[in-house]
Amino acid sequence: MATVEPHRVRAGRGVELGLLVLALALAVGAYALVGLGTSDEVPADVLGYGTGLAALALGMHLVLRWRAPFADPVILPVTVALNGIGLAMIYRIDVAYEGAGKDHGFAGRQLLWTTISVVLAAAVLVCLRDHRTLRRYTYTAMVVGLVLLGLPLLPVLGTSINGARIWVNVGSVGMQPAEFAKLALAVFFAGYLVTHRDTLALAGPRFAGLQLPRARDLGPILVVWAGSIAVLVFERDLGTSLLLFGLFVAMLYLATERVSWVVIGLLMFVGGAVVASSVFSHVAARFDAWLHAMDPEIFDRLYGGSGQLVRGLFGMASGGLFGTGWGQGRPDLVTYAESDFIVPSLGEELGLTGLLAILMLYVVLTQRGMRAAVGVRDGFGKLLAGGLAFVVAWQCFVVVGGVTRLIPLTGLTTPFLAYGGSSLLANWIIVALLLRVSDDARRPAPAARGVRPDEPLPGEVEAGPTRVPAASATRAPGTGAGVGAEPDDEHPTERIGGLA
Amino acid sequence: MNTPLRHLATVMLVMFLALMGSATWVQFVQAPDLNADSRNVRTLYREFGNARGPIVVAGGAVARSVKVDDPFGYQREYTDGELYSAVTGFYSVVHGSSQLERAANDQLTGRGDQLFFSRLRDLVTGRKPEGAAVETTIVEAAQRAALEGLGDQQGAVVAIEPSTGRILAMVSTPGFDPNALASHDVSAANTAYAELAAADGNPLRSNATLEIYPPGSTFKLVTAAAALESGEYDASSTLPAPVRLDLPQTSATIGNFGGGGCGANPITLADALRVSCNTAFAQLGMDLGDDALREQAERFGFDDASLTIPMSVTASRFPAEANAPQTAQSAIGQFDVAATPLQMAMVSAGIANDGKVMRPYVVERVRAANLSVVSQTEPEVLSTAVSPGTAAQLTDMMVGVVANGSGTSAQIPGVQVAGKTGTAQTSDDAAPHAWFTAFAPADDPQVAVAVLVEHGGSAGSEATGGRVAAPIARAVIQAVLGS
Repeated sequence: MATVEPHRVRAGRGVELGLLVLALALAVGAYALVGLGTSDEVPADVLGYGTGLAALALGMHLVLRWRAPFADPVILPVTVALNGIGLAMIYRIDVAYEGAGKDHGFAGRQLLWTTISVVLAAAVLVCLRDHRTLRRYTYTAMVVGLVLLGLPLLPVLGTSINGARIWVNVGSVGMQPAEFAKLALAVFFAGYLVTHRDTLALAGPRFAGLQLPRARDLGPILVVWAGSIAVLVFERDLGTSLLLFGLFVAMLYLATERVSWVVIGLLMFVGGAVVASSVFSHVAARFDAWLHAMDPEIFDRLYGGSGQLVRGLFGMASGGLFGTGWGQGRPDLVTYAESDFIVPSLGEELGLTGLLAILMLYVVLTQRGMRAAVGVRDGFGKLLAGGLAFVVAWQCFVVVGGVTRLIPLTGLTTPFLAYGGSSLLANWIIVALLLRVSDDARRPAPAARGVRPDEPLPGEVEAGPTRVPAASATRAPGTGAGVGAEPDDEHPTERIGGLA
Repeated sequence: MNTPLRHLATVMLVMFLALMGSATWVQFVQAPDLNADSRNVRTLYREFGNARGPIVVAGGAVARSVKVDDPFGYQREYTDGELYSAVTGFYSVVHGSSQLERAANDQLTGRGDQLFFSRLRDLVTGRKPEGAAVETTIVEAAQRAALEGLGDQQGAVVAIEPSTGRILAMVSTPGFDPNALASHDVSAANTAYAELAAADGNPLRSNATLEIYPPGSTFKLVTAAAALESGEYDASSTLPAPVRLDLPQTSATIGNFGGGGCGANPITLADALRVSCNTAFAQLGMDLGDDALREQAERFGFDDASLTIPMSVTASRFPAEANAPQTAQSAIGQFDVAATPLQMAMVSAGIANDGKVMRPYVVERVRAANLSVVSQTEPEVLSTAVSPGTAAQLTDMMVGVVANGSGTSAQIPGVQVAGKTGTAQTSDDAAPHAWFTAFAPADDPQVAVAVLVEHGGSAGSEATGGRVAAPIARAVIQAVLGS
């Protein structure tokens, strides 16, 4: 038995380094082109800027070599590329704002936040040696998440900007705690659901081809639903509400494999949103602006009109297939071109081609996250990575769908691209966690390397060395009994050698 | 847990596909509409940032963009702005654009499909894109003659080359100075616009192509054409011509201009046209029926909302339904019949061109910034209005109008002019519109022209088409023939 050769796995750090060079070239090239496009000369600090970005990216790369040598080699370069494109665009809009005499200096602050984010992401990788440690803090995460969500409602801390009460002022720095709440709640959902998935998935009555849950198991979904609706009502933030509820429903489905949860969740949210739109004018206005965006009356409406949305569409349309080029368009004609509307800004200057390329980067990033979830063997890790990868995709969908008029517009930031420290930091930490999980997923022969904790965490079903790989593939579909008997995972094939 | 993970991964992929779809929808499918939206200031900013092509009359630019040192980069300048305002229109940073500036915008900005390759070359060579030059068919002398002829009177003149459809002159009065609207000083441009918008006679709207007027007796050409085409009439057919014609189903009557007879009763078709006999043509219209009149009118171009020259043209109309008394009135160009001056020029041009109406156009060719010709307008038959035989008979009858009928003041020594007058009632208390449409030389037509003077112009209620409008037509014809 012991003579079986361990399957060789390419750690991929070399690939990562190569891709990082490409990503940095893209980011620094974009920065230089913005200078050429706006003032016909390369920005004087392009070398310093390039060196700084490269130092951050390579620092992160070294941390990965040190602490997570088997982490997915694509995730970091994609993130660096997105972050770099975002920085270039924010710098470009800064130039335009400066020319128009408007408030500017966003690029410098975003660069500072990028630095902080990368350092903290590296710290997460260094300190968090095993993602399962987080499971110990399941309920702590819940409390933290709820407190973060509630913070903006506090009288002194919270501030209302443009009607949405989602900001917290710490000193002179404004933060959007909901960005961190999504992180904490993803940890909580993963911990909670991995423990309760059997109960939640147990047979209930069947109705119209759906396996319905038992009434008493509806408790947790009701609580999260109430929380989301509370965010919608008290903080007037449709985006965050949609984001958190979508995250929960997706993770519930991951844990139970039951479509009925998704249907129930969607019905509840749509019901809540319909009621909210009939009771609250600001929600109704969002729908109005979505459905009748081109209406002159709604276009000209000062509050809750479609002017910003339609100006964004004008920008994207004027970009056309190939875009105006960096620095050649007028993205500054849209309010919040550097944050909520950075996607139309990119669509205008990089064209449909550029925008599709950016969306492809997100596809690669999130699918790599899902790959890590499939590969990792513990249920908590699967739920956590799946949930985090989904929440990035979901946030993209809500914000890009909003600005392209696919769905009603909600105020959310585009991960990594948009200006905003909270969003950048939270998403970099998500990336750090995905890297951590992917390291575990791709690490060959865990027993041989001996880096895993000696004892499984309490309540965790660890994949035993005696398990036969074939058994994991024979889950009886649709039978609740099979779920209870099933350990959390299937083996990725690359591990079989070491276990046998 | 891997099955739901894979399902969720698929759902995420579908979400991104939906985003790519919606991005494509906005940036590709809907982009032309969004770019054309008047609220999209981006289009203007971008256009102003590039050199816009000139509008050219006979080798000289009448509208051109000049580099200036302000945020827009280029200033639109018009030479003889007032003279060509009905052709060029205006191009404003705040009020959009009109006429050729609007209709030929794609060529002027260099964004038209025909200019794809020069755009591609600019992209590769890094040169700032430049708009193409739009060369018009306008003849300066004819344009000046028309404007001088109209003078202070409100009205319009359109002259067409019958064999091709080239528009040789197009004037609308009152005109305007597009330079005032093109100003980059927004408040100055706003003031100029507000003054023009409130001014008497609506200067910003071309009377030549956008306004429709009752054509009065000039429409008798269409009625006569319908009669000849029916095969039951020729120039010597006789028609009853009472002093007053009783209309059926109503107590109303139709009288002749001046209230008298037509010189003979019955009268031949040729003489009825020559003296513009209302009662004879009203009876003829009832005998032919409204369907025959409508069909003939449409073959001359009435009721066609799709015509562009390339500016859009208001459709001239013949009522969709008319009973006998309404048909009688329609036959003499009253009731609900209404036509643009361009349309009445097309009637004459069609008769002059052996019955074939050529599609009118004002853009001769488009030339890219490197002087290569990107497009050249080829003459095209719009419709066959009448047979060559009918056209010849109508020509003879129209020659009679000018030789010794209601249009003698259009006579030119040595040139045989064929024409038709019109004096259209508008309301009881306003002076009638004076019309004249003609072509010359009758045996080898070089130019067809229509003149409209609103409410009789300076002659007021004394005006007739022959007195007020015909001399202007004569001047325009002489200008074209002399040039």
